[in-house]
Amino acid sequence: MSSESSVRPDVRRAPSPRRTSGLTATLRGIYIVWYRDLLRYWRDRVRAIVGLAQPLLFLVVFGAGLGSSLGGSFSAGGQSDLSYAQFVYPGVVGMAVLFSAIFGAMSIVWDREFGFLKEILVAPIDRSAVAIGKALGGATQAMIQGIVLLILAPIIGVTLNVGMVLLLLPFLFILAFALSSMGVALASRMKSMQGFQIVMNFLMMPLFFLSGALFPLAGVPDWMAVLGRLDPVSYGMDPIRRIVLGGTLPPAAVDKLGLTIFDHVLPIGLEAVILLAFGAVMLGIAVINFRKRD
Amino acid sequence: MDNQRNGSVITATGLTKSFGTIEAVKGIDLDVRAGEVFGFLGPNGAGKSTTINILCTLMKPTAGQATVAGFDVATQPGDVRTVIGLVFQDPSLDANLTARENLSFHAFIYGVPASERADRIRGVLDMVELTDRANSVVMTFSGGMKRRLEIARGMLHTPEVLFLDEPTIGLDPQTRRHIWTYLRKLRAEKGVTIFMTTHYMDEAEECDRIAIIDGGKIVALGTPTELKAMVGGDVVTLATGDNQAAAADIARIFDLEPTIDNGNIRVEVKDGAEFIPRLVRETSVPVNSVSSHRPSLDDVFLKLTGHAIREEEAGSTDHMRMFMRARGGHR
Repeated sequence: MSSESSVRPDVRRAPSPRRTSGLTATLRGIYIVWYRDLLRYWRDRVRAIVGLAQPLLFLVVFGAGLGSSLGGSFSAGGQSDLSYAQFVYPGVVGMAVLFSAIFGAMSIVWDREFGFLKEILVAPIDRSAVAIGKALGGATQAMIQGIVLLILAPIIGVTLNVGMVLLLLPFLFILAFALSSMGVALASRMKSMQGFQIVMNFLMMPLFFLSGALFPLAGVPDWMAVLGRLDPVSYGMDPIRRIVLGGTLPPAAVDKLGLTIFDHVLPIGLEAVILLAFGAVMLGIAVINFRKRD
Repeated sequence: MDNQRNGSVITATGLTKSFGTIEAVKGIDLDVRAGEVFGFLGPNGAGKSTTINILCTLMKPTAGQATVAGFDVATQPGDVRTVIGLVFQDPSLDANLTARENLSFHAFIYGVPASERADRIRGVLDMVELTDRANSVVMTFSGGMKRRLEIARGMLHTPEVLFLDEPTIGLDPQTRRHIWTYLRKLRAEKGVTIFMTTHYMDEAEECDRIAIIDGGKIVALGTPTELKAMVGGDVVTLATGDNQAAAADIARIFDLEPTIDNGNIRVEVKDGAEFIPRLVRETSVPVNSVSSHRPSLDDVFLKLTGHAIREEEAGSTDHMRMFMRARGGHR
């Protein structure tokens, strides 16, 4: 077959010999995007430490301030031997994960603004790798922040044993992954830093306040109870609290604090599934957005 | 199969790109040969960057077809990406990582075999003379060093075609000459085809062939010498006490077509040295200054488009970028 014109050559049929098989290339892409995120996180340790300041501030201010003004009248699930600081501690762990997962996603907008995203987007890897790598990178950073707060547990008077920590880690990771995916999905269409910050501030505080981090969702007005159950963060906060307080309270009391739907206490496994499903949908949206070409 | 490509590395037929109602590229035909340095010359907003973005698969064409190294940019973007290297107009390095880390990242993501990575990175760093800065964070680099590092990175996966979008924009003349030294070396040593956009005339002179683009269309294509031959003879520029009257005189007495541009009269003549004494003798308007020069690409551009390329230089780049970002930042 000879082409009749030099301007319209035949398109090559065979794929480029340099193209490695799809899955390997995608996995490689995920790994390198994730690795770069962690490398940058490690370079920027100061930011990571500052990132912990806010949750700690909440812990100290709410734990000491609100705790003492509530005094003995704080009765989460009818347990008056639980201090407010102990109650709010798991919420603050969740908060650290929430904030750093979302701020991790901000690096996408940052990369877009400073051009580096282009380098990744023209690389011969599937763009799903960019979305997945970023989501995992953000989740890993959030996990690290959460773990640092877990180490501080004894200071608050919360006892954790090895078993509890091992049980907490997957729940922390699922929460971090779901929120990081949500951040990536949002950042995938955001063009400016300012825009992302506005949306995030608008979203982050309600997500945090309605998640039951600061007060139990049992006994709140109906509208708040509904919103709280629509808040994906609730499904990550609740298992963390139940596992952490399991070391202080008897199981029946822990269950009383648990998230309920139609008066049924949700098993923590089901909560994890709900959160994973949410994360998967968000990651799907992010992948679709990244694959779009103008 | 490759020999059917007739030595063409980039081809385009009727390439068109619209953003809403704005048509940025209006049907471009191209045929870039293997191993040549091909320049895309035009003012900002002429459609240069849009065309390069389509060719390197960052944008999809609205109509028309284009191939790079035999792969269709619209239907085989993954294959195109394996055979091209890119140096963008805006830097795309990770400023928080070192030069070496940026290169490692690139080598990894382009699937450079692990056994070759260290050697290749050493090679490209040597080429752009950044070996001693390999472990410095890119944030500390000057503009010229960043551009050199980007060129090194673009070559790391030994592409068949290197795309450069305004590679020397914003750099001082000395650094620009430096960059050109590297590019010439690259072409000589690796035989890579170079496709670049520019709005610098002197840079266009370095190319084997140039396409002059204005308003989304190619208005001329050829070697710099061929293009300059389009302007007959010499270009005479003069300033007078009354340009309108002097221009009318020149048109009447010499039967030429003078143009007034920037307070100067510009006229193409066969022989400038012979024309100037006659001009001064025969025109009634006092002549303040007069000069004659061989036609430059500036003159070609002016002749073809009716406006100078430099008119809309500086500020408009920023305006265009802000505009692009405001309307949704086309990557």
